[in-house]
Amino acid sequence: MNIPDNDWLPAVFLGLMALSFLVYAILDGYDLGVGVLLPSDTAQENNQQHRDMMIYSIGPFWDANETWLVMAIGLLLIAFPSAYSIILQALYLPTALMLVGLILRGVSFDFRTKAPSKNKTKWDLAFKAGSLLTTLSQGYMLGRYVTGFENTTFGYGFSILASICVTAGYSFIGAAWLVMRTEGKLQIKAARWAIYCNTLMAIGIIAVCLTNLFFNKAIMDKWLSFPQVFVMIPMSFLLIFLFSSIHLYLTKVPTKNDVGCWFPFVCATLIFILSFLGLAYSFYPYIIWQKITIWEAASARNSLMFIFIGAVIVLPTIIAYTIFSYRVFWGKTTKLNY
Amino acid sequence: MLDIATDPNELSFMLSRIQFALNISFHILFPTINIALSWMLLFFKIRYSQTQDETWMRIYRFWVRIFALSFAIGVVTGITMSFQFGTNWPGYMETVGNVAGPLLGYEVLTAFFLEASFLSIMLFGGERVSQRVHTAATLFVAIGTSMSAFWIIALNSWMHTPQGYEMIDGVAYVTSWIEVIFNPSMPYRVIHMLLASALTAAFFVAGISAYRVYKGDSKSSAKIALKFALVVAAIAMPLQLFIGDLHGLNTFKYQPAKVAAMEGAWQTEKGLPLLIFAIPDEETRKNNFEIAIPKLASLILTHDKNGEVKGLNEFKGEHPPVAPVFYSFRIMIGVGLLMLTCAWLGCYFFVYKKQFPSWLLKSTILMTFSGWVATLAGWYVTEIGRQPYLVTGLLRTRDAVTNTPSEHIAISLTIYIAVYTFLLFAYISTLFVMTHRAINLEQKDLARSDMKDDQLLEIPNNTQTRSAP
Repeated sequence: MNIPDNDWLPAVFLGLMALSFLVYAILDGYDLGVGVLLPSDTAQENNQQHRDMMIYSIGPFWDANETWLVMAIGLLLIAFPSAYSIILQALYLPTALMLVGLILRGVSFDFRTKAPSKNKTKWDLAFKAGSLLTTLSQGYMLGRYVTGFENTTFGYGFSILASICVTAGYSFIGAAWLVMRTEGKLQIKAARWAIYCNTLMAIGIIAVCLTNLFFNKAIMDKWLSFPQVFVMIPMSFLLIFLFSSIHLYLTKVPTKNDVGCWFPFVCATLIFILSFLGLAYSFYPYIIWQKITIWEAASARNSLMFIFIGAVIVLPTIIAYTIFSYRVFWGKTTKLNY
Repeated sequence: MLDIATDPNELSFMLSRIQFALNISFHILFPTINIALSWMLLFFKIRYSQTQDETWMRIYRFWVRIFALSFAIGVVTGITMSFQFGTNWPGYMETVGNVAGPLLGYEVLTAFFLEASFLSIMLFGGERVSQRVHTAATLFVAIGTSMSAFWIIALNSWMHTPQGYEMIDGVAYVTSWIEVIFNPSMPYRVIHMLLASALTAAFFVAGISAYRVYKGDSKSSAKIALKFALVVAAIAMPLQLFIGDLHGLNTFKYQPAKVAAMEGAWQTEKGLPLLIFAIPDEETRKNNFEIAIPKLASLILTHDKNGEVKGLNEFKGEHPPVAPVFYSFRIMIGVGLLMLTCAWLGCYFFVYKKQFPSWLLKSTILMTFSGWVATLAGWYVTEIGRQPYLVTGLLRTRDAVTNTPSEHIAISLTIYIAVYTFLLFAYISTLFVMTHRAINLEQKDLARSDMKDDQLLEIPNNTQTRSAP
């Protein structure tokens, strides 16, 4: 539109939007992951208890976590309305599927405790199915987005790969969350899930990196030219270090006195941040890959300024009461009563 | 109609409209209950703090669970709405994104996070925070739901009566945010909606409480909730008639084509009659089977029995489809009058007779979802009444629609129909289960006790007596 390409406002909004997506991926990531991991075998005696505990562990948080998606999508809509239209139209069907997944997940959470007990397991399965549908479609959407909505076999193939990797990533951070917030048999079970997902996610990240390097010349140039390559190499080492140290820790769960139960979750968060930074760096300053930059897609300055002022005032408040809410429900998971 | 068969875009357009109507209709059911119910919960909580009477806490606990259920459905269907603008109506954001974006943004910033964070404390935090903080959390949730309504309705009103912007190359740029937010129809629409929510929640609470009493629930919590809800409705209904009238006059001033459709006035007329019933015919541009009160419509709209009211003939090609607006308006008014009767009769029997006759109890049960019917009908009058425009005089609905292939929209529409039908069924049957559980629970409050989950989840038989551990 009419914004010069050195204006700071679109860049700030891109930053805010990216931050919201990252916060969303970490926060709703872990609760969607917990949903995906929900044991589905109804015959086993412990499973009902484990399902209850797993859902209690995310109960007070999932709703606020999900709001970060509304925030991120809202910022895209506010700051880059033309890109918003292009992206959502191109992702029409996966968006619809994701929404159905989110609906199923969100309502199952509440219905499961209120419906007659014979239906409880069915709602648990709906919870799992909703979470899985959400993560798979989000991964697919991410894949479509980073390939610039390419309608080729490569484009679709890459998106399917991304869909599996994102699900593995969410499951991994979900399992790490459970290691942190549960005890006993469930914690051991969670550690075992985390080991599998950790491996799967590592393979996924390597696969995505390699695919990008081999098939996407622009990104390869961006990463492998001088001096960026000196960032890329330590970053790769850091990732390898994180993956292997989590693996080592997980094989020792349960640790004595539960030492370091937060360790996998913190590392998972770091891995999410690193992957996200890599992605963001590769893309900047495009909002639609190699087609539209953020300045071309930005809203009017007046509109951005109006919401910017509100955001500066309100965001710290939101962060404050989010922290308050996490403090209220901190510690090992207990049964939720109301 | 002919176009649809030949023009695939026309089919996308039609399917997108159906899908949007379905999504918004389903979504609005839940905020409509919850906006006012959240304030009622605050009232129950404060009454409990003041009196320490367990009855108020029992009322609170019963309704907070229903609130949570409605809230969950409201949230997830609301997220669906925020994606719909992009998937189905891209022209909307491209044309008026500079106006709509920040208003929607403020909704997320000031309402969504507030509701979502404090709802958890309100639901699960009772034993982890002080009573004061818990009451504050209830207050914040109530503020959040109302803020959310405020921003959405401010935007919606702007779409009806846009001002404070200029158009440059087909894109709206804001010249005054004050004018955008405080557009001419905003105050009427916001108050009309808040009162609609008060009435919907009141009849919802009254209906379910009446059902409990009818099924032999002798606990004081059911009777007190019934009385409370009927009093709220008895006060809110006349206010609503008053505000509704002002809102109508405002619409008459800014959107005369909509009023002409509501009144079924095909020709400009002095001394327009009020049609109680008619069958408007778009083909012949006339009404059939009119039952009319002479000159009343002119009197209401212009405060002069011979005042001139513009007819649909003045807006050819620019006016909404007449029949749906005309019928919806009458349904809204009709249900409103039933509500008034029921609420006032209820209060009369409570105050003067100190008893509640069985026929009135049954009628109140029948009115449980009357708020839904009236609210939906009211929104249809408003939204269909704005057609063929999405933003009055500025953007036609036709010009905002997606290029997405119609098959894709058909798929998503089918999925939504299936999911929403299922959810509505699940919601109502769960309400039923929860109500029965409350009827059969003993006076001692089991919901709060440390009983195991599965024990709580079973519906106890009438014959079985249960005791708290």
